[in-house]
Amino acid sequence: MDMRKKKRKVLLMGKSGSGKSSMRSIIFSNYVAKDVRRLGATIDVEHSHVKFMGNLTLNLWDCGGQDAFMETYLASQRGNIFSDVAVLIYVFDIESREVERDLDTYNAIINALKEYSPNAYVFCLVHKLDLIQAEHRQRIYDERSALIRSRSEHFAIDTFGSSIWDQSLYKAWAGIVHKLIPNLTVIERFLQAFSKRIDAEEVILFERSTFLTVTSVSSEIGDMNPIYDRHERLSNIMKAFKHCAARNTHTTPASAGFVVMHTKTPQFNVFLGRFTDNTYIFLVVPPGEAAYNCAVLNTMLAREGFSKAATTGHGDGFPLLAAESPDNNNGIH
Amino acid sequence: MTTPPWSSSSSITDSANAGGLQGTNQALEQTSAKFGQVSANKPQDAKPRLMLMGLRRSGKSSIASVVFHKMPPNETLFLESTTRIQKDSIHSFMDFQVWDFPGQLEYLEPSFDLENIFGSLGALVWVIDAQDDYLDSVARLNRTILTVQQYYPNINIEVFIHKVDGLSEEYRTDTFQDIVQLISDELSDAGYENAPVHYYLTSIYDYSVFEAFSKVIQKLIPNLSTLENLINTLGNNCGFEKTYLFDVLSKIYIASDTRPVDMSCYEMCSDYIDVIVDISELYSWDHPDRKAKGEQNQEAESHVVLHDETMIHLMEMNKYLCLVSVIRNPESKDKKGLIDMNCRTFQEALNDVFSRSWEEEQAQGQAVERIERGVSH
Repeated sequence: MDMRKKKRKVLLMGKSGSGKSSMRSIIFSNYVAKDVRRLGATIDVEHSHVKFMGNLTLNLWDCGGQDAFMETYLASQRGNIFSDVAVLIYVFDIESREVERDLDTYNAIINALKEYSPNAYVFCLVHKLDLIQAEHRQRIYDERSALIRSRSEHFAIDTFGSSIWDQSLYKAWAGIVHKLIPNLTVIERFLQAFSKRIDAEEVILFERSTFLTVTSVSSEIGDMNPIYDRHERLSNIMKAFKHCAARNTHTTPASAGFVVMHTKTPQFNVFLGRFTDNTYIFLVVPPGEAAYNCAVLNTMLAREGFSKAATTGHGDGFPLLAAESPDNNNGIH
Repeated sequence: MTTPPWSSSSSITDSANAGGLQGTNQALEQTSAKFGQVSANKPQDAKPRLMLMGLRRSGKSSIASVVFHKMPPNETLFLESTTRIQKDSIHSFMDFQVWDFPGQLEYLEPSFDLENIFGSLGALVWVIDAQDDYLDSVARLNRTILTVQQYYPNINIEVFIHKVDGLSEEYRTDTFQDIVQLISDELSDAGYENAPVHYYLTSIYDYSVFEAFSKVIQKLIPNLSTLENLINTLGNNCGFEKTYLFDVLSKIYIASDTRPVDMSCYEMCSDYIDVIVDISELYSWDHPDRKAKGEQNQEAESHVVLHDETMIHLMEMNKYLCLVSVIRNPESKDKKGLIDMNCRTFQEALNDVFSRSWEEEQAQGQAVERIERGVSH
């Protein structure tokens, strides 16, 4: 049996109405932001399996947040809910009027988690930030996350501000899945070497169905790009277009997708294509037709080696290490 | 080549304006200054004008904001009501103006100078709120049409039956027919059989308002038939299912092939422009160290292949226009080079068409100037 076939249990918790199911539906079930108002309240726990990056399956427990449910989670269901947890995602509603009470509940959950799964990652999302005026957002978010941190016991938590109406949701979830991918270092090493070879400004790996950023590398020049939230924005842009394509080709958003996309402009060239079974690769290279075509060709060639490496986790199978000869660069210079 | 219809009428406007109206024309003078010698000594107004009219709260400013200022439709709720005429100059492949009239304005009163409002050739867009009682609006529109028809028969009357997103399919058709009937009865009673009145069902929450504006603008383009012929030839030779020539900024299409309009194609093409514009925003930053690595065309080019082998192909034509086509032929991927080449040929032809019409305009302007000089000497 392949030890790397991993199922990770992810708990999604928070007060009733804080937006847990909404964000889950947008990220994993292809909802558009304005459709989530149709969602009803979650009763008890809704389980779902999300295949992510082939060998990583997220076992998502969306836990209804009404007080009565919360009590059973902490009492009779305690062992069932909190054992074997890989990740706890706790959602705070920024508009909540009972901050102190929310924090007490959170603290009780954290203590239960400490008891059964002390090694779990904890992510706190301060949600519905769009409801706060833009100029106060950062300050209120900082205050709230400091409060949350102070009630998190020994857990080193990550906090994100989020809203389903903009790209911040993608940033938060990309941060979460980033922590869960088992052989991320191998993948990153590969991309680093690869991007150097083809002289790319930036290489981004997107998960296929969610369009979340798995990881990205950029060159010195690419790092100078003044737009810091470009990855999340790209997720947002591409997912919106996927919805449009689905609508107009009479298919479901889940089965819609892109085979390949090329864009050449005087400032940059972009290539988006299927990389492995469940990832897209997004290349940004400087303009120049010949260099671009070379980069695309090399990307296609690198696919096999990469998917082998991503599943076995061994770097040995890389064609890259063998290809010390500058074959790949011939056309570029 | 057809002559631009507005250049002949502009000289009439100018002579009329020479009276006491310079004040209102100041803005126009500024913008027309770039035409150089042709118009330096007179406030020539060669831009066609779109006039948005209708009762108050019918949605005129919302339409203008969504179409010409990229405002998200749900934000139009917060627009203040318009109290004075809002004049927008749109600079694109063809400069034109959008005048947004306050609903309560009684411009048919004698105190208003009709010549100043309708004198320039263009279109009158009348917006009717279909969710409201529309009899008032129709009655006022009828009065307006009769006045305009009498003095300015060349102005297109475009009726937007607006806010139809809230109506059921059946109710929509009924309203449409009712309004058309009311207006055409009134017109034929007054003896106008073939008045240039056109009707559209529109909503800012879908693509219908863009589609309607596209049709409105197309009527003002002098060489539309030439463009359509060019696009037809291109589409037939390359096996394109549908091709649009878009104005990138407003996402109005100024010409398309003459096959039936397919809303799904239009949506995909229009959204694909958004994708490319948005991605360009993320990666078009300037830095001295960012250098090209070789030769490349100066115009952007992009294509995407979807899951069902549909290809959307986009090519920048000039500063304002881009050509977007939908191709549903699985072989297209292998013939990409040919498609590109054909599109480039189309681009040359297109720029030819536009530069010719410009030359003609200039020549005509000079001719007019010469005549006027001859008269004054």
